[in-house]
Amino acid sequence: MSISKKQKKQRREEFIGTVYSIIIYSILYIPVFVMMVFSFNNQRYNYYWNGFTTMWYSKLFSNSALTESLWYSVVIAVLATVISVTIGTIGAVGLKKYEFRGKKFINEMLYIPIIVPEIVMAVALLVIFIKIGLALGMGSILIGHCTFCIPYAVVTIKGRISGDDYSLEEASMDLGANRIQTFINVTLPSIMPGVMSAAFLSFTLSIDDVVMSNMLAGAKNSTLPVLILSMNKSGITPDVNALTTIMILIIVTAMILNNLIKNVLKKRKKMEETI
Amino acid sequence: MKKKSFKRNTLPALAMAGPVSLWMILFVTLPMLYIIFISFMSRGVFGDVVYEFSWESYKTLLDSTYFKVIVKSIKVAFITTILCILIGYPFAYYIAKKPKEAASKLIMLIMIPFWTNSLMRLNSWLLLFQTSGPVNNFLQNFGFIDKPISFVYTDGLVMLGMITNMLPFAVLPMYSSIEKLSKSLLEASADLGASRGTTFFNITLPLTFPGIFSSIILVFIPSLGIYTVTDMLGGGKVLYIGNIIKNQFGAIRNWPLGAALSVLLIVITGLLIFIYTRFAKIEDMEVV
Amino acid sequence: MSDSIVSLIGVEKSFGKNKVVKNMNVEIKEGEFLTLLGPSGCGKTTTLRMIAGFEEVSSGTIKVQGESVADKEPYERDVNTVFQNYALFPHMTVFDNIAYGLKIRKRPKDEIIKRVNEMLDLVQLKGYEKRKPDELSGGQKQRVAIARALVNNPKVLLLDEPLGALDLKLRKQMQVELKRLQKKLGITFVYVTHDQEEALTMSDRIAVMNEGVIEQLATPREIYDRPLTRFVAGFIGESNIFDGKVKGVHNGIIDVETSAGTMKVKGNGFEAGEDIHISVRPEYIKVGGDGAEGFDLEGKIKDYIYMGTFVKTSVDLKDNTEIKYSRFEKDDNFKEGDSVNIYWNPEKAVAIKAKR
Repeated sequence: MSISKKQKKQRREEFIGTVYSIIIYSILYIPVFVMMVFSFNNQRYNYYWNGFTTMWYSKLFSNSALTESLWYSVVIAVLATVISVTIGTIGAVGLKKYEFRGKKFINEMLYIPIIVPEIVMAVALLVIFIKIGLALGMGSILIGHCTFCIPYAVVTIKGRISGDDYSLEEASMDLGANRIQTFINVTLPSIMPGVMSAAFLSFTLSIDDVVMSNMLAGAKNSTLPVLILSMNKSGITPDVNALTTIMILIIVTAMILNNLIKNVLKKRKKMEETI
Repeated sequence: MKKKSFKRNTLPALAMAGPVSLWMILFVTLPMLYIIFISFMSRGVFGDVVYEFSWESYKTLLDSTYFKVIVKSIKVAFITTILCILIGYPFAYYIAKKPKEAASKLIMLIMIPFWTNSLMRLNSWLLLFQTSGPVNNFLQNFGFIDKPISFVYTDGLVMLGMITNMLPFAVLPMYSSIEKLSKSLLEASADLGASRGTTFFNITLPLTFPGIFSSIILVFIPSLGIYTVTDMLGGGKVLYIGNIIKNQFGAIRNWPLGAALSVLLIVITGLLIFIYTRFAKIEDMEVV
Repeated sequence: MSDSIVSLIGVEKSFGKNKVVKNMNVEIKEGEFLTLLGPSGCGKTTTLRMIAGFEEVSSGTIKVQGESVADKEPYERDVNTVFQNYALFPHMTVFDNIAYGLKIRKRPKDEIIKRVNEMLDLVQLKGYEKRKPDELSGGQKQRVAIARALVNNPKVLLLDEPLGALDLKLRKQMQVELKRLQKKLGITFVYVTHDQEEALTMSDRIAVMNEGVIEQLATPREIYDRPLTRFVAGFIGESNIFDGKVKGVHNGIIDVETSAGTMKVKGNGFEAGEDIHISVRPEYIKVGGDGAEGFDLEGKIKDYIYMGTFVKTSVDLKDNTEIKYSRFEKDDNFKEGDSVNIYWNPEKAVAIKAKR
């Protein structure tokens, strides 16, 4: 009898927990949902609902400011990812493996962009750029993005390097591979999941960044988030909603495909073995 | 022998750790030092930086208008953090109790909204809470209020925006900490006669404290420096430290003041980290 | 010295202030199975790693085939290593793991296939080519590690406690297989272990190491029968060790006075008044009512342990030291608590010089 009492209690707790979680998820997803719904709003600006239309999805390609800023955002995000992951990967391996004077200092410096509020980092870079006369624009934004992406990349990848990896490197060198060959053939494959995570993280951080981009933007062109921010005063047009809806759908689809492919490969491998 | 040692040990280290070290020094250390330097300089007539030592900017911080803003920002960041922890902890607990497969999917589910543009999500809150928006309509239709409430451009709405932005940063470290909690500890506690509540307060809570502390850091510090949320939801009426700093480098040209405020943020950040490393005794901070 | 395939000359290694290997001199002969044996921390693994090139020598020289390897990186040395944790590349198949060294050396494809298959045959893993390391058992991983090292035809194979992670039965099996392999291929094996039984079974010669120094370098037989130092006597096999002073020497027999009593041992090169250690194996201890001339070792039987074929008995001596002797079950009828006299044939005991 006491067993079912306990079960009832557990089930009640489970129920409360589930309800609570659903509420939290709702709060997190409502803005997303609203954003997508309003992409169909038949209204010049995001104000009240004025009927359903799909016109914004075709119109967004004719909004040159929008497409241009999207282009810049993507280009910068890709470049930032490539640069940050490259520097971050060899940096993470180097920092984990070697000892040198000032190593502790560099490790501490790496945490600054992660911990200190972005506005501080952004202003600091702004004043330095102006001081040395570097023109503000895509280049300065790119540098700014890399500056916070690199630490995230290093921390992510460092976490994936384990002690085992040293004996793998020694084994590789023992078998005749020099350091570069060892890095490419042995080290890199074993940290690849970390590298992929770092790449995804960098891309996401860069494409969504507002603060750094806003401070370091030049007079003319800018990234998508900066454009949106500037539109806030006058009102955001639903074609922006359409664009961001398409973006999130692409990302989620990519994720689902990625998982599906992984599962299919796993299943196929299992089958190969039993044969 | 010396030459070989260089080739063998120093060169690889330089090649690998060199780029990242150089980048950090050029784009983190130097700029930070320069900002600290500027905070002690004077402001010229046209808003440029005059290289004369002065406490002026710091004194301005104590000036009542600025001081009020600073205190308000800290208060808002603090409340946001507390709320995120209170809301997030049960949520993290719920997910941590699930089997690993399900838990990682649930975590992934938390992250998906954050792949959408953050500004558009904030804009959504604006749409929902505007004067003629769904929330006001709902409240009026069901008779909770007579006239629409002006949610927009209030501290309250800004805080809502901040909480929804920060929640994952609160949940993830706490989830990580709770998940690591060995089940046998809880069983031992129950075995020794402790009720669920007692076990929670004596065992679970203290042992997950490192996670909670991480969450505090990951929410409080960004909240201090926020300005996008205030921009999007505050409409220029709600101004916190982040906005003030931005303005000093924009329309209002007062670099030393902006620098001083930045230094203030750095100091508060540093203080918290110091407490964190002392308290939690963790060498390598595990950031999400 | 033309026989030596590896020479260590005055090799020393320090980590900071800690000297881990002290003035090591060894000539390893071509085709021999040499074991570095010793407890944890004695420097055996460090020595091996210096030969492989993973640690730099603090002072001294290491030569492989007459050439100094001081300037050579691990990938430039003609030695290969079998690691303690196997260090198989997890993202590669068994085939690719074994082929790695050949691929790096850019050998032609058909040569690689041929040699890898030969190796797979040799270690009896045919059919496992496409498997990944995480799908293999400990023993299988071990064999892949060996194959991967051997496929490159190294002059010397270095093995760092390769059988440590295997269970007892598998270990014994692998010991036999490794020995056979070595004999068949004629490759010099330098083997590191802390398991003295393993060393005694497999080696042509053993270097017993302690605290960075080789205490004795000899064949297993010699090390067992005639340990040179107190440490070796205590480390190899089971032994009873007495510390005492030489009373007198005549006719190659030494009379020794210890705190437990007097005893005799065969030996020369000792003077009266000198400090001395005596090592007697349990199987050579005799227990009798009257004892023997020159011996005055009284003891009380403490307890028995049945070891299968024979019984190991503990005896407490006058000065509270405990000695062990082994007998067949049917021999002697002493019970716990009985007083007995201990003695032995002086020729079966070993006299060891005490360190100054």
